[in-house]
Amino acid sequence: MELFKSESNVDFMAWRKPSLIISAILCVLAVAIVFVRGLDYGLDFEGGAMIEVHYKEPAEIADIRSSLDAAGFAGAVVQSLGSPVDYAIRIKPHHEGGEAAETAGTSEAKATTNKIAAEVLTALTKSRSDVTIKRSEFVGASVGEELREQGLVAVLFVILGIMAYLWMRFEWRFAVAAVASEIHDTLITVGIFALTGREFDLPALAAVLSVVGYSINDKVVVFDRVREIFRASRKGEPYEILNRSINSTMSRTIMTGLTTSLAVGTLYFVGGPALENFGLIMLIGIFVGTLSSVFFANPILLWLGVSKQDLMPRTKEDPELAARP
Amino acid sequence: MNEFPRWKYALVVVALLFGFLYALPNLYPKEPAVQISANRGFTVDVALKEKAQGILETKKIAFKSVELDGERLLVRLASTEVQGTAAAVLREELGEGYTAALNLASTVPHWLTAIYAHSMPLGLDLQGGVHFLMEVDQKAVLEKQETQYSEEIAQVARDKKIPGVSVSRTPQGIVAVARSAADRDRLAVEVGKIAPELQISNGNSTDSAFSLNVKISEAKLREISRDTIRQNVGTLRNRISSLGEPVIAQQGDSRIVVELPGVQDTALAKTLLGATATLEWHAVDPASMTLAPEVARGTAAAPADARLLLHRNSGQPYLLKKKTIVTGDDLINATSMPDPTSGTPAVSMKLNAKGGQRMLDFTMGNVGKPMAVVYTERIPEVKMVDGKEVRTSRTKEEIISVATIQGVFGPQFQTTGLESMKEASELALLLKAGSLAAPVDIVEERVIGPSLGADNIGKGVFAVILAVILVVVFVAIYYKLFGLIADVGLLLNLVLLVAILSIFGATLTLPGIAGIVLTLGMAIDANVLICERIREELRNGSTPMAAISRGYDKAWATILDANVTHLIAAFGLMAFGSGPIKGFAITLAIGIVTSMFTSVMVTHVLVGLVFGGRRVKTLSV
Repeated sequence: MELFKSESNVDFMAWRKPSLIISAILCVLAVAIVFVRGLDYGLDFEGGAMIEVHYKEPAEIADIRSSLDAAGFAGAVVQSLGSPVDYAIRIKPHHEGGEAAETAGTSEAKATTNKIAAEVLTALTKSRSDVTIKRSEFVGASVGEELREQGLVAVLFVILGIMAYLWMRFEWRFAVAAVASEIHDTLITVGIFALTGREFDLPALAAVLSVVGYSINDKVVVFDRVREIFRASRKGEPYEILNRSINSTMSRTIMTGLTTSLAVGTLYFVGGPALENFGLIMLIGIFVGTLSSVFFANPILLWLGVSKQDLMPRTKEDPELAARP
Repeated sequence: MNEFPRWKYALVVVALLFGFLYALPNLYPKEPAVQISANRGFTVDVALKEKAQGILETKKIAFKSVELDGERLLVRLASTEVQGTAAAVLREELGEGYTAALNLASTVPHWLTAIYAHSMPLGLDLQGGVHFLMEVDQKAVLEKQETQYSEEIAQVARDKKIPGVSVSRTPQGIVAVARSAADRDRLAVEVGKIAPELQISNGNSTDSAFSLNVKISEAKLREISRDTIRQNVGTLRNRISSLGEPVIAQQGDSRIVVELPGVQDTALAKTLLGATATLEWHAVDPASMTLAPEVARGTAAAPADARLLLHRNSGQPYLLKKKTIVTGDDLINATSMPDPTSGTPAVSMKLNAKGGQRMLDFTMGNVGKPMAVVYTERIPEVKMVDGKEVRTSRTKEEIISVATIQGVFGPQFQTTGLESMKEASELALLLKAGSLAAPVDIVEERVIGPSLGADNIGKGVFAVILAVILVVVFVAIYYKLFGLIADVGLLLNLVLLVAILSIFGATLTLPGIAGIVLTLGMAIDANVLICERIREELRNGSTPMAAISRGYDKAWATILDANVTHLIAAFGLMAFGSGPIKGFAITLAIGIVTSMFTSVMVTHVLVGLVFGGRRVKTLSV
């Protein structure tokens, strides 16, 4: 069985100009979307109202959830508090436009919390009249601000580390092309996600980081073939060689994309609210990452002027190859 | 060419045995329990076990067993409903000497725990955990600030040569008294210069005493309290980040909520959280050696800028300057270790930038003089007044370390001259416990249920299993026999990954499981690369056995490059990320390494076993 005809020789590089232009436009659009629309950060990042309710008679957690759902509090988290009569409800306040997030302890936070608490009480009394509110307070973000700063440092470190490795194993042009496509893939994935208006929570952040990993994997596989064919060929015509590399790795690109999509697609379609975001971002990321391996990373390589001379091995034997199991 | 030396087969077999053994504990569910541990000066022994058993029997609380487990007592219970009552009863009956905490006890059989095989704790989203609500003592924060401002005002008076100024704290704020109206006005102007956030007004005046009322503005107070809570949240996060994947957040204006996933040792968590001490570094008064014993006996008065404190271990009195050099919230870390030059026990400390600068300024002018660390502990007390619970606390101030300043230093320094390594590690622990910006009290402790609904957990788990099945079936259909072999490798990868994560004690959350699935999806990439290469080799006219051999060879170079770059990404997130991101990165990194082993080495060995020694005409790939 074959998904991509092995003898195919599609001239992918012929579309390099339009594809680079489209990529650039998409990146700018993605940045614009993220900045203008903003990401709808979840409870983990922004905090929200925490309402403790007390029932006279034991209550079912599922009933509380459905009452809240019916009242429009879709993302509410309901947890039992030690006994079947005490529950904690967490709800993220909705912001209109570019309103700043509340921090716990301010009077605005108190006002928002009281308003939500009142609405929750009305929603819950519709089905059960023996409910009372024991306490309502604003709970701050559980993911510290330091995560944002540390996250930035981590991303920088990752970019530099990958560049250094590819520079050593390949050449600087490959390092630049890989990191450029990395940034391209992440930006566009986050941009598309922002368009869906979904809540950006911790699983979503984990998914974005996974997209980075998937995308770099995909680029390196094609780059590896580029290097191999360059070294084996006599003429070393870059345009021709890049095309051949893409074609000969195409069935692998499609196959890996499919198996991974199969896994994350299942998480998205049947995984329920807890896994939907993770699955969706990964699906977008795999799609964008696969396309950019072909239409973005390689055109950049050609544009930077990759050549046979730069890729000839300095030592006769590759030490890593000799060390294989 | 596709046969291997014996050790390779042996390695694969050993790795697989190891994987199955250490992944096994995850099949045993946990049960509700109450854990009792002793506070300082008390012990957990057979007598306590019998006492606990007796208490439960007289109160008619059904329990499964009471067992001694090292330095703690574990009471296993049949359901979570009785867990709360059992804990409350035991806490009340056993009294102050013991801590009774809610816990989830492992049911892993002894032969597995004996080889350190443990199950992964489930995260807050899947199983819930323990919920602590902690109150930050705002009054203590205000007191600390007022004391600091009083010292600053006195300092201004000295610096600007305003004679006879006395500063004191009253319930209404700080009151500074000067000798003349002119002095008072001058003091007001000078204080306003250094601390514009203070509200200064003229107070009562008599012929010889002109007072100045100084108050900290409302805005400043709010800012201070906000900063204090933020600092405490950060400190607590550092302290307990080793205990699974906790949630720590500010609640309301003076509380902090901490949630720990079904942790192994709730008593430890409580000690870590509830260590409500603060630290301060002070200079020792030059006259301390001769004057301190006299002050302690009551035969002399302490100098105005010093006060008397006793050493925690020796009980020796010291006179310390009232001015604080650095406080515990500037302390980033303290570790005990032998001094690298002399080998004697030492404690190495690290301050933040602000504390480091202050320490540098102080040590520049004070080399050769002694400096002391003051440890202020708060002991919470609950009293019944008119039938109501009243929470109060008394404070105990002690010197925990006096050392001579050997040279000028900044943020990084160490204290030597300790008697034993034990003393050093105790001091380090005390120092760490004291690094809170303000004292906190645990006001509530409860078991919370999972944050995800049962149906959502069910959906998630179903999706995860379905995802794995779909990938396995798809690969088997597409690559036939080689696909099946890849599938075997994949499932072994899952077992190995779970085994290693269990050894690391990683907390299993639903997104974490999704991460594992993703790792598996991507691990198949190695096999895809190998199979595609074999197909290519076959198309180029290689014999089947040569195609396999060359396919693995050529694919390996690609797999290595792709995985090393991927690993760099994982390490980056591991080194700099924190909390949930770190957990995710660890899963990713382990998954990459295990997948290189299973998808390349294990499948190659399997292929060798299937085709080894036979002459094959066609390959099913």
